Amino acid sequence: MRDFILKRAAALILPFIFVYGIYVILHGAVSPGGSFAGGIIVGLSFVAFATIYGIEKGKAKLPEQVLVWTESYGTLWYGLMGMVGLGRGVPFLANKLAGVDLGTPGTLASGGLIPLIGLGVGIRVASTIVTLFFTMMEEES
Amino acid sequence: MPYTALDYWNLVLLLILVATALAMYFIKDLLHAVIVFGAYSVTMALVWLQMNSPDLAITEAAAGIGMTVLMMAVIFRTTRREE
Amino acid sequence: MRFRNLCFLALALLVAYVAIMTVAELPPYGRPDNPVHNQVAERYIDGALTETGALNMVTAIVLDYRAYDTMFETIVLFTATLAVVITLKTGKGGGREQ
Repeated sequence: MRDFILKRAAALILPFIFVYGIYVILHGAVSPGGSFAGGIIVGLSFVAFATIYGIEKGKAKLPEQVLVWTESYGTLWYGLMGMVGLGRGVPFLANKLAGVDLGTPGTLASGGLIPLIGLGVGIRVASTIVTLFFTMMEEES
Repeated sequence: MPYTALDYWNLVLLLILVATALAMYFIKDLLHAVIVFGAYSVTMALVWLQMNSPDLAITEAAAGIGMTVLMMAVIFRTTRREE
Repeated sequence: MRFRNLCFLALALLVAYVAIMTVAELPPYGRPDNPVHNQVAERYIDGALTETGALNMVTAIVLDYRAYDTMFETIVLFTATLAVVITLKTGKGGGREQ
């Protein structure tokens, strides 16, 4: 898989795949998609990079410390967003009840806590896929 | 209720689903079976789109075509490819 | 083993018959008066926009009405990754040296 044409084509296409994944995550409250699908797309861009350019370059692009960090704190971020409700004296993970500004429906910042939670879940899913892939590639050796 | 063109299109999609599912069972080379699974996922995403659920179509396209096929391709680097 | 194969064939045909008759009893796809379209779905369709502010109703349900579900889904992902890393990590390369 060390083909010249493959490398150049991937260099052209992969940035757009990555940005599309970010787009799907951020527009989860507005358009079809959502954090799970967007996270998978973001993770796949890194996985495809590591497949084409070799595992070492992929690991240089996304170091292990970053993976461990996102892996651990993605779920914690979800819990912290739930704590917003507890701080306002309403149930855990409440959105409108907690008095969060819902914004204008249809704009990017609409939905109160939904885009923030979705960002955490998307990063979480992407890091899961990349971690699984790197671990499996390492185990081969 | 008369059948519309959309019904026949759905019928074609479902027949492709059955054909690819059977092909996955009969193909001996497991890597080829995984690639056929990618074709199955494309068809399944189109079926979800026909059912007016683009959310599931995007997720099926990303998870079924991208993730499963790539993960299986990685697994075949360490294990036997033949059944 | 001719007789055994015939028995298995009869059993498979019986199961297929039961499955097909069950599917034939299902209500037609996409009708508004199907039993799945009950008051829960009506509540979501009516209130999703005003109660969560999200245009995409699926995201509104997944990340707001059913936020507990999604939270434990992410915890399931975390546990799965943890199990794979513990099982497959070789120890050489990567990770901090002690």
